[in-house]
Amino acid sequence: MSFPWANEYKPQHPVMQWVDERLPLPRFVYNAIGGGYPVPRNLNYWWNFGVLSGVALMIQIITGIILAMHYYASVDGAFNSVEHIMRDVNGGWFLRYAHMNGASFFFIVVYIHIFRGLFYGSYKAPREMVWLLGVVIFLLMMATGFMGYVLPWGQMSFWGAQVITGFFSAIPVVGEPLRQWLLGGFAPDQAALNRFFSLHYLLPFVILGAIILHVWALHIPGSSNPTGVAVKSESDTVPFHPYYTAKDGFGLGLFLIAFVLVTFFSPNLLGHPDNYIPANPMSTPAHIVPEWYYWPFYAILRAFTVDFAIPFTGIVIIPAKLMGVLAMFGAILLLFFLPWLDTSPVRSGHYRPLFRKFFWYGLIPCIVILGYCGVMPAEEPYVMLSQLAAAYYFAHFLIILPIVSRIEKAAPLPNSITEAVTGKPLETAAA
Amino acid sequence: MATVEQAESMTETVAEDGVRRRDFIHIAAVSWAGVGAAAVALPLLNQMGASADVRALASIEVDVAAIEPGQAIKTSWRKQPVFIRNLTPAEVVDANKVAIGSLRDPQTLAERTKPGKENWLVTMGVCTHLGCVPLGAAAGEVKGEFGGYFCPCHGSHYDTAGRIRKGPAPLNLQVPEFAFISDTVVKIG
Repeated sequence: MSFPWANEYKPQHPVMQWVDERLPLPRFVYNAIGGGYPVPRNLNYWWNFGVLSGVALMIQIITGIILAMHYYASVDGAFNSVEHIMRDVNGGWFLRYAHMNGASFFFIVVYIHIFRGLFYGSYKAPREMVWLLGVVIFLLMMATGFMGYVLPWGQMSFWGAQVITGFFSAIPVVGEPLRQWLLGGFAPDQAALNRFFSLHYLLPFVILGAIILHVWALHIPGSSNPTGVAVKSESDTVPFHPYYTAKDGFGLGLFLIAFVLVTFFSPNLLGHPDNYIPANPMSTPAHIVPEWYYWPFYAILRAFTVDFAIPFTGIVIIPAKLMGVLAMFGAILLLFFLPWLDTSPVRSGHYRPLFRKFFWYGLIPCIVILGYCGVMPAEEPYVMLSQLAAAYYFAHFLIILPIVSRIEKAAPLPNSITEAVTGKPLETAAA
Repeated sequence: MATVEQAESMTETVAEDGVRRRDFIHIAAVSWAGVGAAAVALPLLNQMGASADVRALASIEVDVAAIEPGQAIKTSWRKQPVFIRNLTPAEVVDANKVAIGSLRDPQTLAERTKPGKENWLVTMGVCTHLGCVPLGAAAGEVKGEFGGYFCPCHGSHYDTAGRIRKGPAPLNLQVPEFAFISDTVVKIG
């Protein structure tokens, strides 16, 4: 698919030859994640996280299908059915804790995967489509995660659903009818719970489809690498199998160790205790917080406390609530434009001294602060902090990146991946 | 041969205004398919709206005869709490002597109640800040600095007309659509 020197699939066994002539599925796999896919020889461990994300999705799909065999989507029975899974179903506690923490670990590895891409410029030409599909996958994950969190029908489930669907009511005119249509009622209830379950079951398979497109788009130009320099010759690459199946396998081992440690020894570390209280529409938890992976976005939502109005007239153009909702969605939709906001021809942050400073001392602290403010109550100083951090977030992508791309003087790039790795010029290509 | 000539002559005659007969057929066919798709989409989208059993409970009737002045009840309407409060004459006076201009969300008590029934305050029990359920409806609960309702989540104080007076909430407690269908029965919704 990508390079002319890619190994060709040559089935030895007559049965495999017979299959290959009729349905070349093994050939497809060989060319995608086997010996037939040449990959830059210098990938570091940050490149493990794509495969880890795929594994995390498979963990979610497998444990999720099993949980659905015991779960009961009813406002009267959902909470009890989850407790039934925890107490009565053979090994049910393990499967539910694995699913619950699997969601968190899925987001952990995906966030690292995204920041890998941000640092090494993986979103740049010719891999824009890979990036765009990645943002789509991220949006799908957020929707799936939210709906999954509603299913146990605990207090945080219910009030989270109330707050999140409340976003839609911020839209002028059609907002409230739209919200009622989404919920199938005036507040989260049986209709909402049932459709969330249906969609929560569907969306992971949509994600799987989007991942196939993501990987397909990646395999057209081939993987990027830490230098950001394009592959020039065969000596720059090694076959995916066995080199990166081994490297990914090692990373996978570490990932699974961390995953089972949390699942077995601190399964509720990343959850909120209030979700072990059955949903009660007549009583609100004192402090509604979403799951940790939404905290930065929740902070942006709450950063808008003042209406956008014409001064002294009291005429409100955009109410604060709508501004918050627009900003929160904008923070993600912004990522769709990233390949065209960062115009520097140099991909890797290693060779971009100014970009690197803004990445490590600007963007990363900004996200951490937003995440911290997202879990704290909506009061000072957290409101002020999230306003500053949210302003930086948008400025980073819309102002700083375009300017840095223009004025930055990049460090000298190696002539080739081979030269970067061995320190010797690429003679084989010249010969 | 004849067919080809015929086809050519047809194309040419229609080509004067730049539209072929075939274009018309294409557009008509695709449009009709679009109409069909829309017709199929309608029930697929419509099923998501509130179902008949949910709509049947969209309005409730509450008998308020037993609520003495100074008392309030908390009832549930559309799965959300509603406060119905019988204000004492002193509370009505309190609510009326507030300068309207000083309010964050300027409204008089009269605007929030029904004529001749100004002692009956019907509001949603949902704080306009982040949707918590304020205290003050049940006996013994904290009523806040202005004697109305108090939201424990982020400290919003509402007065005896359910208006926001202090704290982060932007608006007064919402007054649902309601009417007295008899002297003692309130229909909400």
